[in-house]
Amino acid sequence: MEFLLQPLTLLTFFPLVGALAILFLKSEWKNAIRWVALVTTLLTFGLSLWALTMFDSTNPNLQLGKPYSWIQVAGWDIQYYLAVDGLSILLVLLTGLLTPISILSTWTAVEDRVKDFMVFFLLLEVGMMGVFLAQDLFLFYIFWEFTLVPMYFLIGLWGGPRRIYAAVKFFLYTMAGSILMLLAILWLGIEGKTFSVPQLIAQGGIPANIQMWLFIAFAAAFAIKVPMFPLHSWLPDAHVEAPTAGSVILAGVLLKMGTYGFLRFNLPLFPEATVQAAPWIALLATIGIIYGAAVSYAQADVKKLVAYSSVSHLGFVMLGLFALNAQGVTGAILQMVNHGVSTGALFLLVGMVYEQTHTREIKVYGGLWKLMPVFGSIMLISALSSMGLPGLNGFVGEFTILLGAFGSKAIGSPWYAGVSAVGVILAAVYILYMFQKMFLGPAGEVAKEHELKDLNWREILTVAPLLVLMFWIGLYPAPFINLIAPAVEKLVIGY
Amino acid sequence: MISVNYYVILSAILFAIGALGVLIRRNPLIIFMSIELMLNAANLAFVAFGRSWEIAKGEAFFNGQIFVFFVIAVAAAEVAVGLALIVEIFKTKKNINIDEMNTLKG
Amino acid sequence: MHLEPIYSLAPLLVFAPLTGLLLNLLFGRRWSETVVGAVASLASGVTFVVSVLLTYALAAGGGETVRAPLAQWIHVGSLQLDWTFRVDSLSTTMMLVVSGVGTLIHIYAIGYMREDVRFKHQEGRFARFFIFLNLFIAAMMILVSGDSYLTLFVGWEGVGLCSFLLIGFWFEMDTLGRPSWANSDAAKKAFVANRIGDFGFLIAAFLMFWNFGSLQFDDVFLGASSLSAINSPLTVAITLFLLLGVAGKSAQIPLYVWLPDAMAGPTPVSALIHAATMVTAGVYLVARSAPMYAAAPAAQYLVAMTGAVTALFAATIAVGQYDIKKVLAYSTVSQLGFMVAAVGMGAYVAGMFHLVTHAFFKALLFLSAGSVILGLERGHHHLAHAHHEVKKSKKKEVKSHEEHEETFDPGDMRNMGGLRSSMPVTFWLYIVGALALAGIFPFAGFWSKDEILLDARLHFPAVYWLLTIAAFFTAFYMGRQIWMVFFGKSRTEAAARAEESPKVMTVPLMVLAALSVLGGGLNLPFKGFHQLGHWLEYTLGKIEFPPFDLTVAGVSTLLALTAIFISWLLYGRTPLEAGQPDPLKKPLGFLFTGMENKWFVDEGYFAVIINPFKKLSQFLADIIDWRFWHDFVHDTVILGTYNWLSAIALDRYADQKGIDAFANWLGAATRWISQTIRKAQNGFVRSYALAVTLGVVVILGYLILK
Repeated sequence: MEFLLQPLTLLTFFPLVGALAILFLKSEWKNAIRWVALVTTLLTFGLSLWALTMFDSTNPNLQLGKPYSWIQVAGWDIQYYLAVDGLSILLVLLTGLLTPISILSTWTAVEDRVKDFMVFFLLLEVGMMGVFLAQDLFLFYIFWEFTLVPMYFLIGLWGGPRRIYAAVKFFLYTMAGSILMLLAILWLGIEGKTFSVPQLIAQGGIPANIQMWLFIAFAAAFAIKVPMFPLHSWLPDAHVEAPTAGSVILAGVLLKMGTYGFLRFNLPLFPEATVQAAPWIALLATIGIIYGAAVSYAQADVKKLVAYSSVSHLGFVMLGLFALNAQGVTGAILQMVNHGVSTGALFLLVGMVYEQTHTREIKVYGGLWKLMPVFGSIMLISALSSMGLPGLNGFVGEFTILLGAFGSKAIGSPWYAGVSAVGVILAAVYILYMFQKMFLGPAGEVAKEHELKDLNWREILTVAPLLVLMFWIGLYPAPFINLIAPAVEKLVIGY
Repeated sequence: MISVNYYVILSAILFAIGALGVLIRRNPLIIFMSIELMLNAANLAFVAFGRSWEIAKGEAFFNGQIFVFFVIAVAAAEVAVGLALIVEIFKTKKNINIDEMNTLKG
Repeated sequence: MHLEPIYSLAPLLVFAPLTGLLLNLLFGRRWSETVVGAVASLASGVTFVVSVLLTYALAAGGGETVRAPLAQWIHVGSLQLDWTFRVDSLSTTMMLVVSGVGTLIHIYAIGYMREDVRFKHQEGRFARFFIFLNLFIAAMMILVSGDSYLTLFVGWEGVGLCSFLLIGFWFEMDTLGRPSWANSDAAKKAFVANRIGDFGFLIAAFLMFWNFGSLQFDDVFLGASSLSAINSPLTVAITLFLLLGVAGKSAQIPLYVWLPDAMAGPTPVSALIHAATMVTAGVYLVARSAPMYAAAPAAQYLVAMTGAVTALFAATIAVGQYDIKKVLAYSTVSQLGFMVAAVGMGAYVAGMFHLVTHAFFKALLFLSAGSVILGLERGHHHLAHAHHEVKKSKKKEVKSHEEHEETFDPGDMRNMGGLRSSMPVTFWLYIVGALALAGIFPFAGFWSKDEILLDARLHFPAVYWLLTIAAFFTAFYMGRQIWMVFFGKSRTEAAARAEESPKVMTVPLMVLAALSVLGGGLNLPFKGFHQLGHWLEYTLGKIEFPPFDLTVAGVSTLLALTAIFISWLLYGRTPLEAGQPDPLKKPLGFLFTGMENKWFVDEGYFAVIINPFKKLSQFLADIIDWRFWHDFVHDTVILGTYNWLSAIALDRYADQKGIDAFANWLGAATRWISQTIRKAQNGFVRSYALAVTLGVVVILGYLILK
């Protein structure tokens, strides 16, 4: 039972403790339930920080865990193997941070079935942590599919008017991709006699033509999750219908599972197929960047606008990953965090005003900065961070990604990065459009119908950590880059 | 020294009385008492046979006696459950006539 | 690396204004307006003092470039970017201008904003203005002191942000104070136009990194100079992409359109950001990239032509404007064209010189214009009160004003006239600025403009002619403005009741006026002088100074005087009456209509770029993404096929007729059997007991009889 006391096992399964505790509370004790959930997730974040203190950033390999034999049937060797390295440490921390923030955002927004909500949320955190920590394909798959269930209920029970449609679409879309990945995982496990990712990478030797099929099978699952153009159709539905906290986690963490999957599995397991696919992925990423930005600009619903902007932003991440050089991949990992922080903040803020007005239509707003100065200022910073203003986090990621992609040998042409850089202009166009129509100009209809209140202390506290991160990563990203760098160096050295 | 046969005959008589009681009486409490009678008839047979076995072997095994303890314990448990059931039935039906209770009819 | 301790002050350039910003952010609501303004001005003042100290230290150290590192920024693989302050003669020149003029404008703004917020009934927004202003100074300092293209870019976009925030300072109204989207539209336009330029900057940075391996200035220049070929495609590409950035920031063709709209910001902003400092960043960038441009003469020519054409083009538009600030805005675009042309020609000293003097006199002009506008606003304010009292008795007489009441435009020169007597201080200050801008001896503008013309004459005749004509227009529109604003009779009652501005506004103006008069002394074109030139030589290398040419100076002065004379003929001799059209309208016909309407460039951009983009985005979003991809492909085709398959094919036939039928038969059979047997269950416990007893008896009987 020694594996139970591993730091990463504790980190992954700690939210279960809170979920169990909540089961013993009466449904009417809403505040007690909220506090238990909040404290549990904060402690989980603490555990992830504890893992960070033990993490050796100079070591490019997997750390803080070792494999344990789990299931051995018919020559298969399935391991219970949780470990972390530079590729995943930031995402673990991001998950740890965003979950308590999301819970804090539901304090007054979720009044209905609080108990169920919190239990699902804590289960979701278990799944997300597991995805980023599992180093065994079988274990990874379990966590990967497991995240679907709580998210399905979060959208389906606490969502907007079309929540059932959105939840089912989200579930089925993701499942469809995962099935292909499952087949590929089984092939790898049977042929390679192990499901352990580091072992499979070390063994190598998958024939090039089979690599391509496996690459495509994994990519199917991940590309849907990212989502890459043109597989993004589930995203606006899911985002629009999901409750605020769901949107934050969806944009902040769940989408990153897709890009992380490419990084963790596709790149090291199928190096030859990766090189072959790089220009094509770059092409789709570039289209996604421009297309997402252009479509974003025409949205009337602010949540939809932010949802499509995610398509654009994650296009940048994909472009960086498949640049296959230090700048591109580092930038991509950093941009995953950045997108979680900025878009997470945008969804939180939209949720805060939605709570007061119950509308997401951009044109009924206007002049909010005058009525809600603190809210407007925080929104401005988040919006600027999202559009990549230098000095804030988005720029560091976007710049390194574009720089990497511009000179990438794998992508082979600076045109992709050049065209993608137009996305930077378009980002300014749609973000400023949103900011202007909601926050500048004369007061809109909404201001006449509602007595709008500025943010209270709880709400400010909810977004404050994200604001700190925006400035920190923007001005002094060295601590973050140092965590990533050795692992990235090791990853790209083969290309 | 009384022969074991007498004990066994007494036991058989007690058991027959008990069995008739269960079949004939309608009050569940009396049915319970009859069941107790049948159990105790069995106990008597256990003890009697056990004792005669010991005498024949010239050693003390207490096998029959131990069985009796088990039976007594089971009987007590059975009474506890049965009485509780009867009380609940009385609460809902205001009546404990056994012939009125045919809701399990197929 | 050993550093003189004095250079450890360099970070203060950025941190001083940031401190001011933070203080006002935290306490601005509790402090009085004077304290807020004083804190912000002090923060800016500290920056100026530090700039002066750095300049002295640099001069004492022989002008050797100093790089003061602060922290590491982005280190990824071979990409090594740091927060490092670069102190050399070029950057200190910019620092002095930015912080010096900036501080004066801070002080002026205390007086200006105090009244502005009251006219707009938004007293609470006073502190916010100074927060943004300090943020601007910080960003500008990052821009000019950055040691790599990317740190420069941080400031570059940072000032763009401040520009956005300050243009949209009165975001809920238009320039006349009516509820409107106009101001925020202008702000957005500025940011987006700048971003288009920034796109060019980014591509240039990528090219530099992948070819020279660094973005640090010295490394890049080393790489560029080691390229053997002149006009190699690489350097031409880099410099042209940089030119796009310059066009965005310094408002050159084709991206200049945002600057005139930027006048929606409060006047101190127009002076500081959109005249004196930020917009000159493009000029600074070209001067900074001098070694790169030296390697690409083809690009240099294009830069020079862009500047020259912009100079003339914008000057023609300025002639047809009625808004006092719009005239100055187009004048700024035009003067920036002069500077860009100069640095494009390689005349960096002339360009920088003009940058400095322009900062003085254009700030002076804008701030004086602000004083005029406020003066009119005061007059209008009194008038409104007066009207209120005598409304009934004088109703008929003031009817025309009553109609104007809501939409009175204090910036429209047609509403002015005769302000010379009511605002004498402003008048004289304005005259100084106008003469400097027109290039009249011995004001600062004369010397700097002359140097540009001299260089153009020697190397680029086409540029020379374009600029000379632009200079003629410059003198003309300034003359027109002076006559319309200060001479003749008041065309409105507000103008008649205009009041002079307080000392806190006029004193900084006097300092600027003094600088506008004496600024030429920085770089007199005679042997033994050229102080600014020699100072910049530390950074730019050996510079040839062409000898002073009396022809060039004579021609330009003569043209300027002629232009002023013509403007007097048209606007001074017979002053404009209220409601009378511009005297140029008739003789020039459609030409003047073009000038009046900015040659319809905005409309053209809307028709060619903005509306098509909106339509495209709408089309992609509604038709392609939603109706086709989301509704049709997903909901109709995929979901529909699935529904059909499951409902019709599988459910109705395979399932209902096949599997269901069998299962139903199985169920029916079971049901029949159980129906038959169930009768045994009568529910009486005793009958069950009897059955058990009988069973026992049967079994026992069987066992016994066996």
